[in-house]
Amino acid sequence: MTRTPRSPSLVAAVGLVALALAGCASATPAATTPSPSATVAALDGDITVFAAASLKTTFTDLAESFESENPGTTVALNFAGSSDLVTQIVEGAPADVFASADTKNMTKLTDAALAESDPVDFATNVLEIAVPPGNPAGITDFASLAGPDVKLVVCAPEVPCGSATAAVATAAGITLTPVSEESSVTDVLGKVTSGEADAGLVYVTDVTAAGDAVEGLEFDESAEAVNTYPIVALQDSASADVAQAFVDYVAGRAGQDVLRAAGFGAP
Amino acid sequence: MRPSPTSYSGVPRWVLAIAAIGAAFVLLPLLAMVLRVNWAEFVPLISSESSVAALLLSLRTSLAATALCVIFGVPMALVLARTDFWGQKVLRSLVLLPLVLPPVVGGIALLYTFGRRGLLGQTFELLGIEIAFSTTAVVIAQTFVALPFLVLSLEGALRTVGSRYEAVGATLGASPTTVLRRITLPLVLPAVLSGAVLSFARALGEFGATLTFAGSLQGTTRTLPLEIYLQRETDPDTAVALSLVLVVVAIVIVSLAHRTGVPSRRRTRVLS
Repeated sequence: MTRTPRSPSLVAAVGLVALALAGCASATPAATTPSPSATVAALDGDITVFAAASLKTTFTDLAESFESENPGTTVALNFAGSSDLVTQIVEGAPADVFASADTKNMTKLTDAALAESDPVDFATNVLEIAVPPGNPAGITDFASLAGPDVKLVVCAPEVPCGSATAAVATAAGITLTPVSEESSVTDVLGKVTSGEADAGLVYVTDVTAAGDAVEGLEFDESAEAVNTYPIVALQDSASADVAQAFVDYVAGRAGQDVLRAAGFGAP
Repeated sequence: MRPSPTSYSGVPRWVLAIAAIGAAFVLLPLLAMVLRVNWAEFVPLISSESSVAALLLSLRTSLAATALCVIFGVPMALVLARTDFWGQKVLRSLVLLPLVLPPVVGGIALLYTFGRRGLLGQTFELLGIEIAFSTTAVVIAQTFVALPFLVLSLEGALRTVGSRYEAVGATLGASPTTVLRRITLPLVLPAVLSGAVLSFARALGEFGATLTFAGSLQGTTRTLPLEIYLQRETDPDTAVALSLVLVVVAIVIVSLAHRTGVPSRRRTRVLS
């Protein structure tokens, strides 16, 4: 990991200089303390965070606690599919931080030279089988998803959760015959909670967030496709110090506690 | 006033200016999209297996939905235009509701009606009809959102035409069905056609209700708008190329509707 923390005590005076040095940020002296929350008292500014839809609950919590720890800051949040967000940013949307649900979309951003530094991996997520309460189709494991009468809904291979599904199925040597290939994991979950589908493949965190609306079944093959979530501050940020502080906050202790409670794995 | 209808437009210049801004607002995004089309790859992009499957499914389902709109919409428009009963105004606004409803809300409502756990879902399941994740679900969603277009345009035409000719026919001894067949329907046929074309266009563009209610599977439920939405994730070039196909189809349809709509007005004027 090549995180490049900037000394927050310098920010007000040399904010512009730091911005100009962004290209060679490694020259900036490392912060004296690894915990950013200990020294962020001087932070002041508004940032907009573009985050993957699956981060909605956790990032809403984290933004609130970040704001209350740093009274001079406000964090606006925008949630959507990672590829939507990266398209918007590349087209010029005013974002200060980008948190992606996969490395592929983060690469699009770094390829466009819009990242302030190297992205930091802050969470992982794996697939889980979601079934309606009571498990009407009697799903027991991954192999039983291929049963002839099982109405299975998955993500389309074009989206991250769908490529994870394909990887898991290949590794398990099972051919899935879904009745629908949705374009987002929320659509898959919706089909399961409404009882239209007998089973769906979603992320562990989606099952946690859905509460009693679905039951989750873990399966061993899920380890074949671990999704990594990277986060990064963006180059054109007007509040670069706040943006970097938020990134550090998410990757730091407080962020990790919240993410772990929601079902995310350690990076 | 000078009787020169060609030189006097009757529209103040400032109105023209605002209208031009409004037109630019509609046309610029279309232009921006056309500029993004990868013309070198255009034909291969739109002729891929998934694109063709989506286009054919869209055309097939939209035609079926249009037929259903005519079958149910014409009687509905007749009842709304020619009868008078308590609660009619409320009923009319409710029937036209899908016009203003966000499609995703329509999808949720359909799910609670025809879904497996819906109001009618169990009845259909007993009859051995499975609607969830089938092409039938797509047609239902499209009919739901397109029906008001036919009802609205036909009801308006029926009111404009008036019922004098029908009354004359009836006094001459024609049965209500004969009046409907020989007088009313021929009078409003252009409105039925233009209403049907509009319904077809709306069905073709249907996205939200289909996504919520029918799912998305190539060749079964993934219509062109759903395919565009999905391709955008990985292959923006395909998404843009398919969008352009949809725009062209829509333009053809709108011009068709306009052409069939014009005679209806002229004829109405002659008759009244």
